[in-house]
Amino acid sequence: MDNNTKIKVDNLNLYIGKQHILKDINIEIPENKLTVILGPSGCGKTTLLKCMNRLTDLYPDVKINGSIFIDNEDILHTNTDVTEIRKKMGLLSQRPFPLPMNIYNNVAYGLKISGRRNKKALNARVENYLKIVSLWDEVKDRLHEPASKLSIGQQQRLCLARGLAVDPEIILADEPTSALDPISSEAIEKKFVELKQQYTIVMVTHILRQARRIADHVIFMYMGEVIEQGPAKEIFENPKMERTKKYLQGAFN
Amino acid sequence: MLKKVEEYFFRGLMLLSNLIILFVLGLIIYSIFKKGLSSLSWEMLTQRPHGGYYYGKEGGVLNAIVGSLYLSVGATVLATFIGVPVALFMNVYLIKQKRVLNFIRYLLDLIWGVPSIVYGAFGFSLMVFLGIKTSLLAGIITVTLFILPIMIRACDEILKTSPIGLLEAALSLGSTKTETSFRVVLMQSFSGIVTAILLSFGRAIGDAASVLFTAGYTDNIPTSLSEPAATLPLSIFFQLSSPVPEVQNRAYASAAILTIIILIISVSSRAISKKYHKNRI
Repeated sequence: MDNNTKIKVDNLNLYIGKQHILKDINIEIPENKLTVILGPSGCGKTTLLKCMNRLTDLYPDVKINGSIFIDNEDILHTNTDVTEIRKKMGLLSQRPFPLPMNIYNNVAYGLKISGRRNKKALNARVENYLKIVSLWDEVKDRLHEPASKLSIGQQQRLCLARGLAVDPEIILADEPTSALDPISSEAIEKKFVELKQQYTIVMVTHILRQARRIADHVIFMYMGEVIEQGPAKEIFENPKMERTKKYLQGAFN
Repeated sequence: MLKKVEEYFFRGLMLLSNLIILFVLGLIIYSIFKKGLSSLSWEMLTQRPHGGYYYGKEGGVLNAIVGSLYLSVGATVLATFIGVPVALFMNVYLIKQKRVLNFIRYLLDLIWGVPSIVYGAFGFSLMVFLGIKTSLLAGIITVTLFILPIMIRACDEILKTSPIGLLEAALSLGSTKTETSFRVVLMQSFSGIVTAILLSFGRAIGDAASVLFTAGYTDNIPTSLSEPAATLPLSIFFQLSSPVPEVQNRAYASAAILTIIILIISVSSRAISKKYHKNRI
Protein backbone atom coordinates (compact mmCIF):
# COMPACT_ATOMS: atom_id res chain seq x y z
CA MET A 1 0.00 0.00 0.00
CA ASP A 2 1.70 3.16 -1.06
CA ASN A 3 1.92 6.20 1.14
CA ASN A 4 -0.73 8.27 -0.49
CA THR A 5 -3.42 5.64 -0.39
CA LYS A 6 -6.08 6.39 2.20
CA ILE A 7 -8.58 3.66 1.47
CA LYS A 8 -7.72 0.33 -0.07
CA VAL A 9 -10.37 -2.22 -0.95
CA ASP A 10 -9.12 -5.76 -1.34
CA ASN A 11 -11.05 -8.57 -3.04
CA LEU A 12 -14.36 -7.30 -1.78
CA ASN A 13 -17.42 -9.37 -2.59
CA LEU A 14 -20.88 -8.50 -1.35
CA TYR A 15 -24.01 -10.55 -1.58
CA ILE A 16 -27.57 -9.63 -0.68
CA GLY A 17 -29.36 -12.92 -0.31
CA LYS A 18 -28.26 -14.86 -3.38
CA GLN A 19 -27.60 -11.77 -5.47
CA HIS A 20 -23.95 -10.98 -6.12
CA ILE A 21 -23.90 -7.19 -5.83
CA LEU A 22 -20.20 -6.33 -5.68
CA LYS A 23 -17.83 -8.58 -7.60
CA ASP A 24 -14.22 -8.80 -6.61
CA ILE A 25 -13.61 -5.12 -6.00
CA ASN A 26 -9.98 -3.97 -5.80
CA ILE A 27 -9.49 -0.24 -5.57
CA GLU A 28 -7.18 2.34 -4.06
CA ILE A 29 -8.37 5.77 -3.10
CA PRO A 30 -5.68 8.46 -2.79
CA GLU A 31 -5.40 10.74 0.22
CA ASN A 32 -6.56 14.37 0.04
CA LYS A 33 -7.89 13.97 -3.46
CA LEU A 34 -11.38 13.93 -4.85
CA THR A 35 -12.18 10.46 -6.05
CA VAL A 36 -15.29 9.90 -8.10
CA ILE A 37 -16.97 6.52 -8.35
CA LEU A 38 -18.70 6.71 -11.69
CA GLY A 39 -21.17 4.38 -13.29
CA PRO A 40 -24.77 3.86 -14.34
CA SER A 41 -27.57 3.51 -11.76
CA GLY A 42 -27.72 0.16 -10.02
CA CYS A 43 -24.08 -0.75 -10.63
CA GLY A 44 -23.26 -1.00 -6.91
CA LYS A 45 -21.64 2.40 -6.37
CA THR A 46 -23.75 3.31 -3.36
CA THR A 47 -23.35 -0.11 -1.80
CA LEU A 48 -19.58 0.14 -2.14
CA LEU A 49 -19.65 3.55 -0.48
CA LYS A 50 -21.78 2.26 2.39
CA CYS A 51 -19.33 -0.59 2.98
CA MET A 52 -16.66 1.98 3.75
CA ASN A 53 -18.32 3.16 6.94
CA ARG A 54 -20.09 -0.11 7.60
CA LEU A 55 -23.61 1.19 7.09
CA THR A 56 -24.11 -2.14 5.34
CA ASP A 57 -24.37 -3.50 8.90
CA LEU A 58 -27.93 -2.18 8.92
CA TYR A 59 -29.22 -4.13 5.96
CA PRO A 60 -30.70 -7.61 6.22
CA ASP A 61 -29.19 -10.61 4.41
CA VAL A 62 -25.92 -8.86 3.52
CA LYS A 63 -22.81 -11.04 3.34
CA ILE A 64 -19.39 -9.49 2.80
CA ASN A 65 -16.03 -11.12 1.99
CA GLY A 66 -12.72 -9.35 1.59
CA SER A 67 -11.13 -6.36 3.26
CA ILE A 68 -11.33 -2.60 3.35
CA PHE A 69 -8.21 -0.93 4.71
CA ILE A 70 -8.45 2.60 6.01
CA ASP A 71 -5.07 3.84 7.23
CA ASN A 72 -3.88 0.23 7.20
CA GLU A 73 -6.66 -0.95 9.47
CA ASP A 74 -9.04 -3.52 8.06
CA ILE A 75 -12.37 -2.05 9.12
CA LEU A 76 -14.31 -5.20 8.29
CA HIS A 77 -12.19 -7.34 10.62
CA THR A 78 -11.18 -5.19 13.52
CA ASN A 79 -11.80 -4.88 17.21
CA THR A 80 -12.13 -1.13 16.94
CA ASP A 81 -15.63 0.02 17.78
CA VAL A 82 -17.68 0.74 14.68
CA THR A 83 -18.64 4.19 15.98
CA GLU A 84 -14.94 5.11 16.08
CA ILE A 85 -14.58 4.03 12.45
CA ARG A 86 -17.63 6.02 11.43
CA LYS A 87 -16.37 9.13 13.21
CA LYS A 88 -13.51 9.21 10.72
CA MET A 89 -15.99 9.70 7.91
CA GLY A 90 -18.62 12.27 7.18
CA LEU A 91 -21.55 11.11 5.09
CA LEU A 92 -23.55 13.10 2.60
CA SER A 93 -26.52 11.21 1.21
CA GLN A 94 -28.60 11.61 -1.95
CA ARG A 95 -31.27 13.47 -0.09
CA PRO A 96 -30.33 15.56 2.91
CA PHE A 97 -31.45 14.11 6.23
CA PRO A 98 -31.12 16.89 8.79
CA LEU A 99 -31.56 15.67 12.35
CA PRO A 100 -34.99 16.39 13.88
CA MET A 101 -33.75 19.38 15.89
CA ASN A 102 -32.87 23.01 15.29
CA ILE A 103 -30.15 24.29 12.98
CA TYR A 104 -27.67 24.96 15.77
CA ASN A 105 -28.08 21.53 17.32
CA ASN A 106 -27.68 19.83 13.97
CA VAL A 107 -24.10 21.02 13.84
CA ALA A 108 -23.53 20.73 17.58
CA TYR A 109 -24.97 17.20 17.85
CA GLY A 110 -21.83 15.36 16.82
CA LEU A 111 -19.75 17.49 19.19
CA LYS A 112 -22.14 17.07 22.08
CA ILE A 113 -22.22 13.29 21.86
CA SER A 114 -18.44 13.16 21.84
CA GLY A 115 -18.53 15.01 25.15
CA ARG A 116 -17.78 18.59 24.14
CA ARG A 117 -20.28 20.64 26.05
CA ASN A 118 -18.49 23.92 26.65
CA LYS A 119 -21.04 26.45 25.43
CA LYS A 120 -18.55 29.01 24.13
CA ALA A 121 -16.44 26.49 22.28
CA LEU A 122 -19.56 24.93 20.80
CA ASN A 123 -20.83 28.29 19.58
CA ALA A 124 -17.51 29.02 17.95
CA ARG A 125 -17.34 25.67 16.23
CA VAL A 126 -20.91 25.81 14.99
CA GLU A 127 -20.24 29.27 13.53
CA ASN A 128 -16.98 28.12 12.01
CA TYR A 129 -18.43 25.11 10.22
CA LEU A 130 -21.51 26.95 9.04
CA LYS A 131 -19.13 29.51 7.55
CA ILE A 132 -17.07 26.81 5.86
CA VAL A 133 -20.15 25.62 3.98
CA SER A 134 -21.22 29.25 3.31
CA LEU A 135 -24.44 28.85 5.25
CA TRP A 136 -23.71 31.20 8.18
CA ASP A 137 -25.01 34.38 6.60
CA GLU A 138 -28.23 32.69 5.60
CA VAL A 139 -29.02 31.17 8.99
CA LYS A 140 -27.25 33.23 11.66
CA ASP A 141 -30.48 34.95 12.70
CA ARG A 142 -32.49 31.75 12.95
CA LEU A 143 -30.17 29.19 14.46
CA HIS A 144 -32.93 27.96 16.73
CA GLU A 145 -35.43 27.25 14.01
CA PRO A 146 -36.01 23.65 12.93
CA ALA A 147 -33.57 22.47 10.27
CA SER A 148 -36.51 21.12 8.29
CA LYS A 149 -37.52 24.71 7.47
CA LEU A 150 -34.42 25.21 5.32
CA SER A 151 -34.48 24.64 1.57
CA ILE A 152 -33.15 21.32 0.29
CA GLY A 153 -29.94 22.98 -0.93
CA GLN A 154 -29.38 24.63 2.45
CA GLN A 155 -30.17 21.35 4.22
CA GLN A 156 -27.51 19.57 2.17
CA ARG A 157 -24.93 22.19 3.12
CA LEU A 158 -26.04 21.91 6.74
CA CYS A 159 -25.48 18.15 6.55
CA LEU A 160 -22.00 18.81 5.19
CA ALA A 161 -21.27 21.23 8.04
CA ARG A 162 -22.59 18.73 10.58
CA GLY A 163 -20.33 16.05 9.15
CA LEU A 164 -17.27 18.29 9.09
CA ALA A 165 -17.83 19.42 12.67
CA VAL A 166 -16.78 16.05 14.09
CA ASP A 167 -13.34 16.26 12.43
CA PRO A 168 -13.52 13.45 9.92
CA GLU A 169 -10.63 12.57 7.63
CA ILE A 170 -12.82 11.30 4.85
CA ILE A 171 -16.01 12.59 3.28
CA LEU A 172 -18.26 10.00 1.70
CA ALA A 173 -20.80 11.53 -0.65
CA ASP A 174 -23.53 9.56 -2.34
CA GLU A 175 -24.80 11.58 -5.31
CA PRO A 176 -24.92 14.61 -3.03
CA THR A 177 -26.35 16.90 -5.69
CA SER A 178 -29.02 14.64 -7.15
CA ALA A 179 -31.88 16.28 -5.24
CA LEU A 180 -30.56 19.82 -5.66
CA ASP A 181 -31.14 22.61 -8.14
CA PRO A 182 -28.21 23.66 -10.38
CA ILE A 183 -27.15 26.57 -8.17
CA SER A 184 -27.12 24.53 -4.96
CA SER A 185 -25.32 21.75 -6.82
CA GLU A 186 -22.64 24.15 -7.91
CA ALA A 187 -22.23 25.36 -4.33
CA ILE A 188 -21.62 21.79 -3.15
CA GLU A 189 -19.19 21.07 -5.98
CA LYS A 190 -17.24 24.24 -5.20
CA LYS A 191 -17.06 23.27 -1.54
CA PHE A 192 -15.71 19.86 -2.44
CA VAL A 193 -12.96 21.34 -4.55
CA GLU A 194 -11.96 23.59 -1.62
CA LEU A 195 -12.23 20.83 0.94
CA LYS A 196 -10.10 18.27 -0.84
CA GLN A 197 -6.98 20.03 0.44
CA GLN A 198 -7.74 18.69 3.89
CA TYR A 199 -10.05 15.76 3.34
CA THR A 200 -10.11 12.60 1.29
CA ILE A 201 -13.36 12.87 -0.62
CA VAL A 202 -15.11 9.90 -2.19
CA MET A 203 -18.08 10.89 -4.29
CA VAL A 204 -20.52 8.61 -6.05
CA THR A 205 -22.17 10.01 -9.13
CA HIS A 206 -23.73 8.98 -12.39
CA ILE A 207 -23.42 12.48 -13.82
CA LEU A 208 -20.58 12.39 -16.28
CA ARG A 209 -20.17 16.15 -16.58
CA GLN A 210 -19.95 16.52 -12.82
CA ALA A 211 -17.21 13.93 -12.72
CA ARG A 212 -15.33 15.70 -15.49
CA ARG A 213 -15.57 19.00 -13.66
CA ILE A 214 -14.20 18.00 -10.29
CA ALA A 215 -12.63 14.54 -10.22
CA ASP A 216 -8.93 13.94 -9.55
CA HIS A 217 -9.24 10.21 -9.56
CA VAL A 218 -11.90 8.11 -11.21
CA ILE A 219 -13.22 4.62 -10.53
CA PHE A 220 -15.57 3.39 -13.22
CA MET A 221 -18.03 0.68 -12.24
CA TYR A 222 -20.43 -1.38 -14.26
CA MET A 223 -22.73 -4.19 -13.10
CA GLY A 224 -20.99 -4.63 -9.76
CA GLU A 225 -17.49 -4.70 -11.19
CA VAL A 226 -14.75 -2.12 -11.32
CA ILE A 227 -13.98 -1.74 -15.00
CA GLU A 228 -11.26 0.85 -14.84
CA GLN A 229 -9.59 3.16 -12.33
CA GLY A 230 -6.94 5.84 -12.46
CA PRO A 231 -6.24 9.57 -12.53
CA ALA A 232 -9.15 11.51 -14.00
CA LYS A 233 -7.12 12.83 -16.90
CA GLU A 234 -6.17 9.38 -18.08
CA ILE A 235 -9.63 7.94 -17.78
CA PHE A 236 -11.39 10.78 -19.52
CA GLU A 237 -8.85 11.37 -22.28
CA ASN A 238 -7.54 7.93 -22.85
CA PRO A 239 -9.80 5.20 -21.53
CA LYS A 240 -8.40 1.72 -22.02
CA MET A 241 -11.51 -0.36 -21.72
CA GLU A 242 -14.26 -0.54 -24.32
CA ARG A 243 -17.04 -0.18 -21.72
CA THR A 244 -15.53 3.00 -20.29
CA LYS A 245 -15.22 4.52 -23.76
CA LYS A 246 -18.84 3.76 -24.50
CA TYR A 247 -20.04 5.24 -21.22
CA LEU A 248 -18.00 8.38 -21.75
CA GLN A 249 -19.53 8.75 -25.19
CA GLY A 250 -22.97 8.25 -23.71
CA ALA A 251 -23.53 5.13 -25.75
CA PHE A 252 -25.28 3.13 -23.05
CA ASN A 253 -27.13 3.53 -19.85
CA MET B 1 -68.23 8.34 -18.95
CA LEU B 2 -67.93 5.09 -17.03
CA LYS B 3 -64.87 6.49 -15.22
CA LYS B 4 -66.90 9.44 -14.07
CA VAL B 5 -69.71 7.25 -12.73
CA GLU B 6 -67.13 5.13 -10.93
CA GLU B 7 -65.56 8.25 -9.46
CA TYR B 8 -68.91 9.55 -8.19
CA PHE B 9 -69.93 6.15 -6.88
CA PHE B 10 -66.83 5.68 -4.75
CA ARG B 11 -66.78 9.26 -3.62
CA GLY B 12 -70.37 8.85 -2.49
CA LEU B 13 -69.51 5.60 -0.74
CA MET B 14 -66.66 7.19 1.21
CA LEU B 15 -68.81 10.13 2.16
CA LEU B 16 -71.52 7.77 3.34
CA SER B 17 -69.09 5.75 5.49
CA ASN B 18 -67.83 8.95 7.06
CA LEU B 19 -71.35 10.10 7.80
CA ILE B 20 -72.27 6.75 9.37
CA ILE B 21 -69.28 6.91 11.70
CA LEU B 22 -69.97 10.52 12.66
CA PHE B 23 -73.64 9.68 13.19
CA VAL B 24 -72.88 6.72 15.49
CA LEU B 25 -70.34 8.76 17.45
CA GLY B 26 -72.81 11.61 17.75
CA LEU B 27 -75.54 9.24 18.87
CA ILE B 28 -73.36 7.71 21.58
CA ILE B 29 -72.36 11.08 22.96
CA TYR B 30 -75.92 12.37 22.71
CA SER B 31 -77.45 9.46 24.58
CA ILE B 32 -74.80 9.51 27.30
CA PHE B 33 -75.25 13.20 27.94
CA LYS B 34 -79.05 13.14 27.58
CA LYS B 35 -79.46 10.50 30.24
CA GLY B 36 -76.50 11.54 32.35
CA LEU B 37 -76.79 15.32 32.35
CA SER B 38 -79.65 15.35 34.88
CA SER B 39 -77.46 13.51 37.40
CA LEU B 40 -74.23 15.25 36.51
CA SER B 41 -73.66 17.63 39.37
CA TRP B 42 -70.87 19.13 41.40
CA GLU B 43 -71.66 16.60 44.07
CA MET B 44 -71.14 13.76 41.60
CA LEU B 45 -67.61 14.99 40.89
CA THR B 46 -66.46 15.93 44.38
CA GLN B 47 -67.92 13.36 46.76
CA ARG B 48 -67.50 9.68 47.29
CA PRO B 49 -70.57 7.46 47.59
CA HIS B 50 -71.86 7.65 51.12
CA GLY B 51 -75.13 7.40 52.99
CA GLY B 52 -77.91 6.44 50.62
CA TYR B 53 -75.93 6.79 47.38
CA TYR B 54 -76.97 3.44 46.06
CA TYR B 55 -80.63 4.28 46.67
CA GLY B 56 -80.38 7.45 44.62
CA LYS B 57 -79.53 9.83 47.45
CA GLU B 58 -76.42 11.90 48.33
CA GLY B 59 -72.83 11.28 47.21
CA GLY B 60 -70.84 11.00 43.98
CA VAL B 61 -68.26 8.94 42.12
CA LEU B 62 -65.05 10.70 43.17
CA ASN B 63 -63.70 7.32 44.31
CA ALA B 64 -63.97 5.97 40.77
CA ILE B 65 -62.64 9.13 39.11
CA VAL B 66 -59.54 9.21 41.30
CA GLY B 67 -59.14 5.42 41.19
CA SER B 68 -59.35 5.37 37.40
CA LEU B 69 -56.83 8.19 37.05
CA TYR B 70 -54.38 6.60 39.51
CA LEU B 71 -54.68 3.27 37.80
CA SER B 72 -54.48 4.32 34.17
CA VAL B 73 -51.81 6.98 34.68
CA GLY B 74 -49.73 4.47 36.66
CA ALA B 75 -50.15 1.76 34.04
CA THR B 76 -49.51 4.13 31.12
CA VAL B 77 -46.32 5.50 32.70
CA LEU B 78 -45.08 1.98 33.44
CA ALA B 79 -45.98 0.75 29.95
CA THR B 80 -44.30 3.79 28.37
CA PHE B 81 -41.03 3.14 30.18
CA ILE B 82 -41.08 -0.47 29.03
CA GLY B 83 -42.79 -0.16 25.65
CA VAL B 84 -40.98 2.79 24.04
CA PRO B 85 -37.47 1.35 24.59
CA VAL B 86 -38.66 -2.03 23.28
CA ALA B 87 -40.03 -0.40 20.12
CA LEU B 88 -36.80 1.58 19.69
CA PHE B 89 -34.77 -1.59 20.18
CA MET B 90 -36.80 -3.27 17.45
CA ASN B 91 -36.30 -0.44 14.99
CA VAL B 92 -32.67 0.45 15.65
CA TYR B 93 -30.94 -2.68 16.95
CA LEU B 94 -32.97 -5.40 15.26
CA ILE B 95 -33.36 -3.64 11.92
CA LYS B 96 -31.04 -6.13 10.24
CA GLN B 97 -32.85 -9.20 11.62
CA LYS B 98 -35.96 -9.02 9.48
CA ARG B 99 -37.12 -12.53 10.35
CA VAL B 100 -36.77 -12.05 14.12
CA LEU B 101 -38.50 -8.70 13.80
CA ASN B 102 -41.43 -10.13 11.87
CA PHE B 103 -41.78 -12.91 14.42
CA ILE B 104 -41.87 -10.41 17.32
CA ARG B 105 -44.46 -8.31 15.48
CA TYR B 106 -46.55 -11.40 14.84
CA LEU B 107 -46.42 -12.41 18.50
CA LEU B 108 -47.36 -8.92 19.65
CA ASP B 109 -50.29 -8.84 17.27
CA LEU B 110 -51.46 -12.15 18.72
CA ILE B 111 -51.17 -10.89 22.30
CA TRP B 112 -52.97 -7.70 21.31
CA GLY B 113 -55.98 -9.83 20.44
CA VAL B 114 -56.21 -11.51 23.85
CA PRO B 115 -59.44 -10.34 25.58
CA SER B 116 -58.93 -8.19 28.66
CA ILE B 117 -60.85 -10.59 30.91
CA VAL B 118 -58.08 -13.12 30.24
CA TYR B 119 -55.58 -10.56 31.48
CA GLY B 120 -57.78 -10.11 34.51
CA ALA B 121 -57.72 -13.84 35.19
CA PHE B 122 -53.97 -13.97 34.60
CA GLY B 123 -53.44 -10.99 36.89
CA PHE B 124 -55.55 -12.70 39.53
CA SER B 125 -53.53 -15.91 39.40
CA LEU B 126 -50.37 -13.80 39.55
CA MET B 127 -51.71 -12.12 42.69
CA VAL B 128 -52.46 -15.47 44.28
CA PHE B 129 -48.95 -16.63 43.42
CA LEU B 130 -47.34 -13.48 44.84
CA GLY B 131 -49.72 -13.39 47.78
CA ILE B 132 -51.08 -9.88 47.20
CA LYS B 133 -54.71 -8.88 47.61
CA THR B 134 -56.94 -6.90 45.28
CA SER B 135 -55.21 -3.56 45.22
CA LEU B 136 -54.24 -0.57 43.14
CA LEU B 137 -50.82 -2.18 42.60
CA ALA B 138 -52.29 -5.42 41.26
CA GLY B 139 -54.59 -3.39 39.00
CA ILE B 140 -51.73 -1.29 37.67
CA ILE B 141 -49.61 -4.37 36.93
CA THR B 142 -52.46 -6.13 35.13
CA VAL B 143 -53.45 -3.10 33.09
CA THR B 144 -49.78 -2.50 32.20
CA LEU B 145 -49.56 -6.04 30.82
CA PHE B 146 -52.81 -5.46 28.98
CA ILE B 147 -51.76 -2.22 27.24
CA LEU B 148 -48.11 -3.15 26.67
CA PRO B 149 -48.61 -4.93 23.33
CA ILE B 150 -50.75 -2.01 22.14
CA MET B 151 -48.11 0.47 23.23
CA ILE B 152 -45.22 -1.43 21.62
CA ARG B 153 -46.96 -2.08 18.32
CA ALA B 154 -48.32 1.45 18.04
CA CYS B 155 -44.84 2.92 18.70
CA ASP B 156 -43.32 0.36 16.37
CA GLU B 157 -45.63 1.36 13.52
CA ILE B 158 -44.63 5.01 14.03
CA LEU B 159 -40.90 4.26 14.27
CA LYS B 160 -41.07 2.10 11.15
CA THR B 161 -41.84 5.23 9.15
CA SER B 162 -38.66 6.97 10.32
CA PRO B 163 -36.42 7.02 7.20
CA ILE B 164 -33.36 4.78 7.21
CA GLY B 165 -31.35 7.71 5.84
CA LEU B 166 -31.83 9.45 9.16
CA LEU B 167 -30.51 6.43 11.03
CA GLU B 168 -27.52 6.32 8.68
CA ALA B 169 -26.89 10.04 9.13
CA ALA B 170 -26.91 9.79 12.92
CA LEU B 171 -24.66 6.72 12.97
CA SER B 172 -22.26 8.35 10.52
CA LEU B 173 -21.78 11.19 12.97
CA GLY B 174 -20.37 8.66 15.39
CA SER B 175 -23.36 8.24 17.65
CA THR B 176 -23.93 4.89 19.27
CA LYS B 177 -27.16 3.06 18.64
CA THR B 178 -28.48 4.15 22.04
CA GLU B 179 -27.76 7.82 21.33
CA THR B 180 -29.31 7.44 17.89
CA SER B 181 -32.41 5.82 19.39
CA PHE B 182 -33.17 8.37 22.05
CA ARG B 183 -31.81 11.59 20.57
CA VAL B 184 -32.65 11.20 16.90
CA VAL B 185 -35.15 8.46 16.08
CA LEU B 186 -37.34 9.13 19.12
CA MET B 187 -37.34 12.88 18.46
CA GLN B 188 -38.24 12.33 14.82
CA SER B 189 -41.28 10.27 15.84
CA PHE B 190 -42.15 12.13 19.04
CA SER B 191 -45.63 13.28 18.02
CA GLY B 192 -46.52 9.79 16.87
CA ILE B 193 -45.23 8.31 20.13
CA VAL B 194 -47.44 10.71 22.09
CA THR B 195 -50.39 9.48 20.06
CA ALA B 196 -49.42 5.87 20.81
CA ILE B 197 -49.22 6.63 24.53
CA LEU B 198 -52.61 8.32 24.35
CA LEU B 199 -54.11 5.32 22.58
CA SER B 200 -52.81 3.07 25.35
CA PHE B 201 -54.14 5.43 28.00
CA GLY B 202 -57.57 5.29 26.38
CA ARG B 203 -57.52 1.50 26.53
CA ALA B 204 -56.30 1.56 30.13
CA ILE B 205 -58.92 3.93 31.48
CA GLY B 206 -61.78 2.39 29.53
CA ASP B 207 -61.32 -1.25 30.42
CA ALA B 208 -63.48 -2.92 33.05
CA ALA B 209 -62.68 -6.61 32.77
CA SER B 210 -58.99 -6.52 33.58
CA VAL B 211 -59.54 -4.58 36.83
CA LEU B 212 -62.56 -6.52 38.03
CA PHE B 213 -60.59 -9.12 40.00
CA THR B 214 -57.35 -7.22 40.40
CA ALA B 215 -58.10 -3.67 41.54
CA GLY B 216 -61.44 -4.58 43.09
CA TYR B 217 -63.98 -1.95 43.97
CA THR B 218 -64.38 0.30 46.97
CA ASP B 219 -66.22 3.40 48.03
CA ASN B 220 -63.01 4.79 49.47
CA ILE B 221 -60.29 6.71 47.73
CA PRO B 222 -57.07 4.64 47.84
CA THR B 223 -54.26 6.23 49.83
CA SER B 224 -51.65 3.57 49.09
CA LEU B 225 -50.78 1.03 46.42
CA SER B 226 -51.92 -1.84 48.60
CA GLU B 227 -55.50 -0.62 48.90
CA PRO B 228 -58.21 -1.58 46.45
CA ALA B 229 -59.34 1.07 43.98
CA ALA B 230 -62.60 1.83 42.22
CA THR B 231 -62.68 2.55 38.50
CA LEU B 232 -65.15 4.41 36.29
CA PRO B 233 -65.99 1.51 33.96
CA LEU B 234 -66.82 -0.72 36.92
CA SER B 235 -68.74 2.09 38.55
CA ILE B 236 -70.81 2.40 35.37
CA PHE B 237 -71.36 -1.37 35.40
CA PHE B 238 -72.49 -1.52 39.04
CA GLN B 239 -74.73 1.53 38.80
CA LEU B 240 -76.34 0.33 35.60
CA SER B 241 -77.24 -2.98 37.26
CA SER B 242 -79.07 -1.13 40.02
CA PRO B 243 -82.89 -1.32 40.04
CA VAL B 244 -83.13 2.34 41.12
CA PRO B 245 -83.64 4.67 38.08
CA GLU B 246 -81.67 7.56 39.69
CA VAL B 247 -78.66 5.30 40.14
CA GLN B 248 -79.00 4.08 36.55
CA ASN B 249 -78.89 7.68 35.37
CA ARG B 250 -75.75 8.19 37.41
CA ALA B 251 -74.15 5.43 35.32
CA TYR B 252 -74.63 7.66 32.29
CA ALA B 253 -73.25 10.61 34.21
CA SER B 254 -70.17 8.50 35.03
CA ALA B 255 -69.86 7.61 31.36
CA ALA B 256 -70.00 11.30 30.50
CA ILE B 257 -67.21 11.99 33.03
CA LEU B 258 -65.08 9.20 31.51
CA THR B 259 -65.65 10.63 28.02
CA ILE B 260 -64.68 14.12 29.16
CA ILE B 261 -61.48 12.85 30.84
CA ILE B 262 -60.43 11.12 27.62
CA LEU B 263 -61.25 14.27 25.65
CA ILE B 264 -59.12 16.46 27.95
CA ILE B 265 -56.15 14.08 27.78
CA SER B 266 -56.49 13.83 24.02
CA VAL B 267 -56.59 17.57 23.38
CA SER B 268 -53.74 18.41 25.74
CA SER B 269 -51.43 15.68 24.44
CA ARG B 270 -52.05 16.88 20.92
CA ALA B 271 -50.87 20.31 21.98
CA ILE B 272 -47.72 18.75 23.48
CA SER B 273 -46.99 16.70 20.38
CA LYS B 274 -47.47 19.71 18.12
CA LYS B 275 -44.67 21.46 19.95
CA TYR B 276 -42.28 18.70 18.91
CA HIS B 277 -43.77 18.12 15.49
CA LYS B 278 -42.06 21.14 13.98
CA ASN B 279 -38.60 19.57 14.20
CA ARG B 280 -39.66 16.51 12.29
CA ILE B 281 -37.98 16.15 8.91
